[in-house]
Amino acid sequence: MAKSLGPVKRKFSPWTDPTSVPFIRFENITKRFGNFVAVDNLTLDIYEREFFALLGPSGCGKTTLMRMLAGFEEPTEGRILLQGKDLAGVPPYRRPTNMMFQSYALFPHMTVEKNIAFGLEQDNLPKADIAARVEEMLKLVKLEQFAKRKPSQLSGGQRQRVALARSLAKRPKVLLLDEPLGALDKKLREETQFELTDLQHTLGLTFLIVTHDQEEAMTVSDRIAVMDKGVIMQVATPAEIYEAPNSRYVADFIGDINIIEGAVVSNSGAASGGVMLDCDGLKVVVDQECPASAGDRVAFAIRPEKVRLGIDPPTDTAVNAGAGEVWDIGYLGDFSLFLVKLDDGRIIRAAQANIQRLVDRPLTFGDRVWVHWSRDAGLVLTR
Amino acid sequence: MKNSRFDATVLTLGFAFLYIPIIILVIYSFNASRLVTVWGGFSLTWYQQMWSNQGLMDAAWVTARVAVISATIATVLGTLAALTLVRFRKIPGRLLFSGMIYAPLVMPEVITGLSLLLLFVSLNVDRGFWTVIIAHTTFSMCYVAIVVQSRLLTFDRSLEEAALDLGCPPVKTFFRITLPLILPAVLAGWMLAFTLSLDDLVIASFNTGPGATTLPIKIYSQVRLGVTPEINAICTILIGLVAIGVIAASLATKRSELRRQRDEHAAAQG
Repeated sequence: MAKSLGPVKRKFSPWTDPTSVPFIRFENITKRFGNFVAVDNLTLDIYEREFFALLGPSGCGKTTLMRMLAGFEEPTEGRILLQGKDLAGVPPYRRPTNMMFQSYALFPHMTVEKNIAFGLEQDNLPKADIAARVEEMLKLVKLEQFAKRKPSQLSGGQRQRVALARSLAKRPKVLLLDEPLGALDKKLREETQFELTDLQHTLGLTFLIVTHDQEEAMTVSDRIAVMDKGVIMQVATPAEIYEAPNSRYVADFIGDINIIEGAVVSNSGAASGGVMLDCDGLKVVVDQECPASAGDRVAFAIRPEKVRLGIDPPTDTAVNAGAGEVWDIGYLGDFSLFLVKLDDGRIIRAAQANIQRLVDRPLTFGDRVWVHWSRDAGLVLTR
Repeated sequence: MKNSRFDATVLTLGFAFLYIPIIILVIYSFNASRLVTVWGGFSLTWYQQMWSNQGLMDAAWVTARVAVISATIATVLGTLAALTLVRFRKIPGRLLFSGMIYAPLVMPEVITGLSLLLLFVSLNVDRGFWTVIIAHTTFSMCYVAIVVQSRLLTFDRSLEEAALDLGCPPVKTFFRITLPLILPAVLAGWMLAFTLSLDDLVIASFNTGPGATTLPIKIYSQVRLGVTPEINAICTILIGLVAIGVIAASLATKRSELRRQRDEHAAAQG
């Protein structure tokens, strides 16, 4: 029986269908600022109604990529297509994209109402239509009673909603979100993330979000592009990015992970014995299809929550197991993170959900323990 | 204790140094005596005299018109210069231009006045009302540029980008977004240019001609013939106007600051 990669938010995957046409296409885009290469020969397809995230550390080129789509920067090389049309030379005020700015960029001299109406007024719509749309937007973000206030009279969360309403008012073909929730506190941020997803599903628009917050990207998006130094490292669904990262960089960037360097001993495919690794004495077997052959230097990666931890030795102590002592414990409430120092000195991170409120035999510093994992818990990274 | 008495003394002396001459001038403008330095009782005669002194009134009217017109032109040009210097970072020689903007600030007025005079003479322009306006525009423009420039440096460009993004073309964006937000700085620049023009003696006297005597020139030439209490009276009125302007401006800033605090308080409450 084929195993799947975990939860799917909705049945939506145009990128797996070879007949579907991309909505936005970045084609061999390069952007240089002087000698600095912000985006390096990047190609990316985004589909209609997709919630797409650009994720990466600051300076990786994700914001530059978004600003090129909005029209604030021109690519040095390559072209951007929206619905098949080349956007080169089209100024920002004629592009069917709207952006929610990181600083919100609300016009301080205008009321909430006027801010939301601003974009609609540029299209010379009849007054009544504008008023109706503004009201609809205010309702959408639940700010009806704040219509007459100035941005300075609003809290951070309210300002963020006004910014969202303003960027949605014109029903853009693509909504660009630049670190939209960065300024909010954690609770409010989580709440808003779910609201954003709901909104995107109801309105049926294409959303492109730029963020450095991996949790945010995982919660809201259909697909994530992980970027580093102007190139895309991996484009995949949140579950794939987390469970099957294609490189050490992606594995390390998303979530917490143990990365153990080693060499391939033998590779006979997932069905017949898996990949055998020797990580400086620690024997590891992984059931995985992998292009590496015997002798290649690779890394074995395993998430802490997939490492089992116990006082009693596992049935097979020869592979996928190690003995050591508890070196440090991070108590996080919902789960605890154990740092186990193996007898060879290496440290393995193992997370345990705190499923019981009271424990018979709590593990503590210095306790002798075993860590072990199943053959499909970790994976071999060749990049 | 000792320290605070020292502070109080220094403060008193400082303020006395600044304000005693002005206070004396104001007091003597109400002097009934014809002699400037002898107190002869309270009277408003010099104010009456001043009103009926046609020469003085004409000069005041010329000065007011010169100040308003030159401040307005200087504000438009200075704002444009500031915008160019802040926004177009890639033009060649930008550093030279921005340095040159400051030059008139440190240039001795005599030189500015003289060089403009030479220009007008070589162009064969009759000196008068408009040459004074051109001269005042030239030297007050850089003050406007500097005031507006410092505001533009802290201006959040994403506001303009947001307007463009929402479909507003660049020129309209300037008038709908940029200008309203930098307006306080532009008005401050105008006020500065206005006051500079109002009290300029040197540059105006180089470039004026018949029929365009400004108030400072008039006062200066009258003082050379002896100080009359009339001069004290008109100076008192000038001081009063400036004081009202300064107090009004600071009250306005204080009120907007208070309102901002109240808004933020209201926002924090939800």
